[in-house]
Amino acid sequence: MLGRVAHGIFWMYRYLERAENTARLLAAGQRMTLTRGKDMADQEWRSILTTLGLRQAYEACHDDYEGAQVCDFVLRSKNNPENVMAMVESARTNARACRSALTAEVWEAVNEGWMTLRDLLARPVRDSNLNTSLAAIRRESTLARGATHGSMLRNETYSFARLGTFLERADNTARILDVKYYLLLPSLSYVGTPLDTGQWDNVLRSLSAERAYRWLNSGRMDARSIADFLILDDRFPRSLVFCYSRMRQNLAELAQLHGAEGTCHEAMRAADIRLTGKTVEDIFEQGLHQFLLEFTAGNQALAGAIAEDYRFVA
Amino acid sequence: MTASEPAKFDEMHMPDGTVREAYRGYNQWLEGQDEGWMRRKAFEAESFFRKTGITFNVYGEDDAEERLIPFDMVPRVITAGEWRRLSRGIEQRVRALNAFMHDLYHRQEIIRSGRLPERLFRDNDAWLPQMVGFTPPGGVYTHIVGIDLVRTGPDEFMVLEDNARTPSGVSYMLENRETMMSMFPELFSKVKVREVSDYPRRLAKSLAACAPESAGSKPRIAVLTPGIYNSAYYEHAFLADQMGAELVEGSDLRVLDGKLQMRTTVGFRPVDVLYRRVDDDFLDPLTFNPDSMLGVPGIMDVYRAGNVTIANAPGTGVADDKAIYSFMPEIVEFYTGEKALLPNVETYRCADPDSLKYVLDNLEELVVKEVHGSGGYGMLIGPTSSKKEIRQFRQKLEARPENYIAQPTLALSTCPVFTKKGLAPRHVDLRPFVLCSPQGVDITPGGLTRVALKKGSLVVNSSQGGGTKDTWVLDD
Repeated sequence: MLGRVAHGIFWMYRYLERAENTARLLAAGQRMTLTRGKDMADQEWRSILTTLGLRQAYEACHDDYEGAQVCDFVLRSKNNPENVMAMVESARTNARACRSALTAEVWEAVNEGWMTLRDLLARPVRDSNLNTSLAAIRRESTLARGATHGSMLRNETYSFARLGTFLERADNTARILDVKYYLLLPSLSYVGTPLDTGQWDNVLRSLSAERAYRWLNSGRMDARSIADFLILDDRFPRSLVFCYSRMRQNLAELAQLHGAEGTCHEAMRAADIRLTGKTVEDIFEQGLHQFLLEFTAGNQALAGAIAEDYRFVA
Repeated sequence: MTASEPAKFDEMHMPDGTVREAYRGYNQWLEGQDEGWMRRKAFEAESFFRKTGITFNVYGEDDAEERLIPFDMVPRVITAGEWRRLSRGIEQRVRALNAFMHDLYHRQEIIRSGRLPERLFRDNDAWLPQMVGFTPPGGVYTHIVGIDLVRTGPDEFMVLEDNARTPSGVSYMLENRETMMSMFPELFSKVKVREVSDYPRRLAKSLAACAPESAGSKPRIAVLTPGIYNSAYYEHAFLADQMGAELVEGSDLRVLDGKLQMRTTVGFRPVDVLYRRVDDDFLDPLTFNPDSMLGVPGIMDVYRAGNVTIANAPGTGVADDKAIYSFMPEIVEFYTGEKALLPNVETYRCADPDSLKYVLDNLEELVVKEVHGSGGYGMLIGPTSSKKEIRQFRQKLEARPENYIAQPTLALSTCPVFTKKGLAPRHVDLRPFVLCSPQGVDITPGGLTRVALKKGSLVVNSSQGGGTKDTWVLDD
């Protein structure tokens, strides 16, 4: 497999994952702001823009945090070169450049997804069409993932596809947690006001975790078990531990295929030490914010090592 | 004949309206179909092409970065007997082309014998001095050839153009058939049409047979594309995918240890056969255009050392020259010892003073083409051009007559297309695809039929609003 193609596949799946997670984050934010006063709503949109690394860029263009306006900025604004439509476009461009490494099913899912979203996002986002667009982004990403799962050979290409997916997902989960980390500190769990459960609910929704969490915890809400669930539960597909166990597996497949390990395998082991065997108490002791910072940095180092080891660029 | 007159020969209907032999099976089926249903099908075809991404890029158009080549649902049908005759003529011509190329880069017997003026290739940018005295692996120059044919009567097929450099369009031959089979499956059980779908397998086999000796029993094939912004990128990706070959860009390749190698996830690995869809000029910045980012520095050294096969061979573009084309009947006879089975279209070489005078006197009646032009650009179609256009073209022609050839405006055959008002005749041509290797000449029974969708138009090029049709060669 060509290094350039491995690179293209890896990023195609990163972009698809990022687009989907961004849509999820906006949907949760939108829901939250509907039930809150203006101050809380503004705060929520600010926190979403911070999570996405777009706060400065947004504030350079706008003075207020009207929901549809924020969503328009994140989804399609020309003033935001990293908008969701651009992610979908990048995913499709990568798919096109790696067309011969993908099955027709995957290519068509990505291509049709791009066509659908291009049409949906051709006009400014309004409150009335926001949910349709957000749902469509998640659906199209899901279709591409499903086609990947159902039609691709389990070979090198697949390993890079999955690595891209889980590396991006772990990054997104960590960023969402980091922006809200203060909500999850144990001291707050004693407050237990309605406002706080709403905030927790919002964190869970941002990761589509609310149902799974409630099902496992029979409705009990507390910061400790939410953090435990989102970071350490290996049954939940967006938890850090889940993403890393899949990446470990994908990297092992690559090592086996190539008959050798690289620096990324070392980086993976280093990341494992930070994550496995830890309890949520250990993490709180270290400091949640500190833990997430280190995690994100380690995740980035891992991505760099993968690119280096597998000759993504000349 | 002018462009607005009705054509003399229609592929489907006799002048009295009865259906020709070739179309009997199709017509029988068509008569049983509901018109509204057919209209819906036409719409379906377009969305099918959009989804699969069979698009081409048009240079210089901002808003339409990726466009569809319109597809028409009425097939172009060729009988088994017609195809047999065509195949013989095509094979003869392609063998002659390869022999000609070898001669041009070696002893140049055809020039010594006085059959071809030397200036024709000396003035030709496509002729490469780097190829002199070198024989490509397997002795093959044009591994993949597209011969453009036009028809003016029941037995009158003529060659309009040879595409020995990099013929494109084969993906349309394949996808048009897939589209037809998925839209009208029952049609193919009623009419026995010969398969085209194994073209990629044949191509891989033919290319492998041209591999250098060092390649071993399983040569590694790669398709070199200029990248996703190239107008034919879809086809490059499609062929690589269908052949199971790597699709590479210049930046993936490097010359290492005297071999062409590609950067894989486990390091550099050799390539034995490079099916390149990059022009000669961009192939090697050390030998040709030094600014090229699309090629591989040093690849020509590897090639000349016999360590890689480049398909088609550099320097084959010389045969696409329309002045050389005008000598093809002589070329065929010189190398095969037989009369050309497929005639040329009558061609006036403007370099010749008598011909030039005739051409200048009859510009309104003629089609004038640049000898190095392609894609329907830079040509004059006298009968459909305004007085002003003709006047401007006359100046260009007088300034550089040797840069032009002229041909009579042909009564190209028509084939019905599906329009909102039912079937209507439109002009068509035909490009069969031919593969050459030391094992022989292999012609896939079918090809690309291009159709001028505008009523009366004779320009079938996709860059100028032409469409395509599925091309059927009937089984005996």
